[in-house]
Amino acid sequence: MTVGDMSKVAKTNGTEPATAPKGAKAAGAIANWADERLGLGTAMKKNLRKVFPDHWSFMLGEIALWSFVVLLLTGVFLTLWFDPSMTEVQYNGSYDPLRGVHMSSAMASTLDISFDVRGGLLMRQMHHWAAMIFIASMMIHMLRVYLTGAFRKPRELNWVIGCLLLLLGTIEGFTGYSLPDDLLSGTGVRAADGFMKASPVVGSYMSFFLFGGEFPGDSIIPRFYAMHILLIPGILLGLVAAHMLLLVYHKHTQWAGPGRTEENVVGYPMLPVYAAKAGGFFFIVFGVITLLGGLFSLNPVWKFGPYDPSKVTAGSQPDWYMGWPDGLLRIIPAWETHIWGVTLSWNVMLPILVMPPLMLMILIALPFLEAWITGDKREHHLLQRPRNAPTRTAIMVALMTFYGLSWAAGGNDIIAIKMHLSINQITYFMRAAVFIGPVIAFLITKRWCISLQRHDEGKLLHGYESGVLVRSPEGGYAEKHLPLPEGEAYRLSARDIDPTPETVEEIESSGLAGRQVKLRRLRAKLAAVFFADNVQKPTAEELHDAQHHAEHELHELEAQIAAGPNKHGPADH
Amino acid sequence: MRLLNRSAGRLSRHRRGPIAGLMVLVCGLLLTGGLYAAFAPAQADSTQGQEELVKEGRELFLVGCAFCHGQNGEGVLTQGGTQYGPALTDVGEAAVDFQVGTGRMPMAQPGVQAPRKEVTYDKDEIAALAAYVGSLGTGPEIPDTELYSTEGMSDKQLEELVVRGGQIFLANCTACHNFEGSGGAMPRGGFAPKIRGVDSKHIYEAMLTGPQSMDTFSDGNIPPEDKKAVIAYLETLDKAPSYGGLTLGGLGPVSEGIIAWLVGIGSLVGFAVWIAAHTTRSSKQKG
Repeated sequence: MTVGDMSKVAKTNGTEPATAPKGAKAAGAIANWADERLGLGTAMKKNLRKVFPDHWSFMLGEIALWSFVVLLLTGVFLTLWFDPSMTEVQYNGSYDPLRGVHMSSAMASTLDISFDVRGGLLMRQMHHWAAMIFIASMMIHMLRVYLTGAFRKPRELNWVIGCLLLLLGTIEGFTGYSLPDDLLSGTGVRAADGFMKASPVVGSYMSFFLFGGEFPGDSIIPRFYAMHILLIPGILLGLVAAHMLLLVYHKHTQWAGPGRTEENVVGYPMLPVYAAKAGGFFFIVFGVITLLGGLFSLNPVWKFGPYDPSKVTAGSQPDWYMGWPDGLLRIIPAWETHIWGVTLSWNVMLPILVMPPLMLMILIALPFLEAWITGDKREHHLLQRPRNAPTRTAIMVALMTFYGLSWAAGGNDIIAIKMHLSINQITYFMRAAVFIGPVIAFLITKRWCISLQRHDEGKLLHGYESGVLVRSPEGGYAEKHLPLPEGEAYRLSARDIDPTPETVEEIESSGLAGRQVKLRRLRAKLAAVFFADNVQKPTAEELHDAQHHAEHELHELEAQIAAGPNKHGPADH
Repeated sequence: MRLLNRSAGRLSRHRRGPIAGLMVLVCGLLLTGGLYAAFAPAQADSTQGQEELVKEGRELFLVGCAFCHGQNGEGVLTQGGTQYGPALTDVGEAAVDFQVGTGRMPMAQPGVQAPRKEVTYDKDEIAALAAYVGSLGTGPEIPDTELYSTEGMSDKQLEELVVRGGQIFLANCTACHNFEGSGGAMPRGGFAPKIRGVDSKHIYEAMLTGPQSMDTFSDGNIPPEDKKAVIAYLETLDKAPSYGGLTLGGLGPVSEGIIAWLVGIGSLVGFAVWIAAHTTRSSKQKG
């Protein structure tokens, strides 16, 4: 990443043409043939040299993209053998302990894929592992985008698309997980049926509409199949394309540093550097998923057996991404209201029908809320370090804490048996923790960020700790601080000074109508909270003084070192 | 014939005599006693052995069990009125064989549920304890080997038994013990233990006696043949290869999710850091 390395990228500085190596004539001829017919050259000229900045955290979304490709590939393989039908058949495949058992065609063909199709079990497990990783990587990508402020103008809509991708990925995962019609997924579908029926008034209509009659009926698997392989992947593909087109259009964000501004992108070109890096990363993602599929058993449907409403198994959990609403469902008290002969099941509605959509709404609204509170309407292409937006970082950590605790509550039975705890006590603890935990997390994160800001300020104004201890003539010991290298000092100070919230007088003198004044007041209050206690970067004068001081200290230190440890003699006074 | 008739006649003259009834009784007793002695001498010895076993069992019981279960197995109540140790008067030998044979009894300390641990008593001592507790009342006996052993069955019979056992297992056992017998949680710190790698006899006894939080699956509920089927299915699970790879504790989606995050996402983020750290040929120069 240093300038010295940059010289290795291209052999031309633009004044003389790059010479193609000999022996590539055939390739050139083909490229020329294609260019004359498709006009690829013009389209590619700009994009092949498009520059992307380099940072590990910019590759998290790529994990999602590549695992999506693995999903498409393995999914096509599975469709060749999977029979999405609920017709009752007698299993006569290779798995002895289920031979002769009656089950749906879907289940029987899943067992055939697992035991009678060559490589089928590996493909099934890869498909499932890829799904788990697809959604997990979308989430960590989202965390990165949020915590670095990459969602700010002009990228808010791409944030919204990302949230929709997360939602669709989850639905896609649920429909796929339900297809084999095994005992575990059938229990999940039954739960989903119950959730629908918990919606007031329309619940039973919705359930009958989806299942084509009373649960389980014989339409749900074919319907999920159509959604799983056609409808949702189609929308997913379209949104992924839109997400990436917007990425190209907006250009990638970058970290602040010498030479990096809001107007440029510093990095390496698409070809050859990013094509190689991203292409290589695809194979790594593919490889890791293949290893997971080969080494770790996932969803062993042959042990669950076919779905039968009279059976259930301990440890019936959904896949991890549905775990947090399940956790809320597990810890909510049995609240119900009976009114005019209708039962309102708050214990199901709140955790399943209210909380997930609410969380999604909060997620989608975050960029717009922040822009409104801060009043920031500028474009941002330089990223913020999480510590430099303490309240934002703290909000996300609070949300993560809520998510994590709900998630853990979803595994309360496993926690109970593995840690020898009482499942009831875990439930009582979680009931309080989901409320208190996020508040504690918010406060700690906010103060932690501010401490880190102070640390940065200290480094800028007083230099870094050199590790050199100096004994003064009086016998006191002190560590010498040395000035930061210029690049580092620039990196730390390349950030905006937070705006000062409007004062009440300013708002009242603006001559706005009553309701608007109220809104503006609220906004000013929220902004004051948002920026409260943040450490602002040092002013130019402060930095200048600090530099002088540091230089002085440096000279002093050098003189002391030159004098040697015992050369200055005893103090005279 | 005549002679016989005459002697019978002579005998029959006394048939209403004062000692006739007594004589018949004596003869009958002599006959039964003699026959009994002739045909079942071993039984008499074992009765005596059984008595000794019960006696030996009682000695062991007084030392190891009576503190909680009472000196005559009548149970001990706490001051609060709850059971300190339940009465053992009608639990049967099978219950003792299970509880002591799996190390659950004697408990190391009072608790919600007795966990499986190292077995304290040896085989003979367990038999003695079982005999003593069995002598206190009714209750199931220790099952014979042929009730739970699948040995000597043809492959075809065994396969059918396993298929049936699997369905019975999924209908009756998995709700608490999990689809792979890895165990599950019960209310208030109770748990359904892992039932893999457990002695077939103990599984049979557990179904029969319903230890700890478990229900009793009497022979009316699950007939002996079906109990054997469940045991055959569990044995098959133990023997079967792990088709999909490491089973992650056989706990279902929770452990799968942990692997997806720690191994999957963990390694991929690691690779991302690695790729980003290696820029165009820089490492060759620096290395």
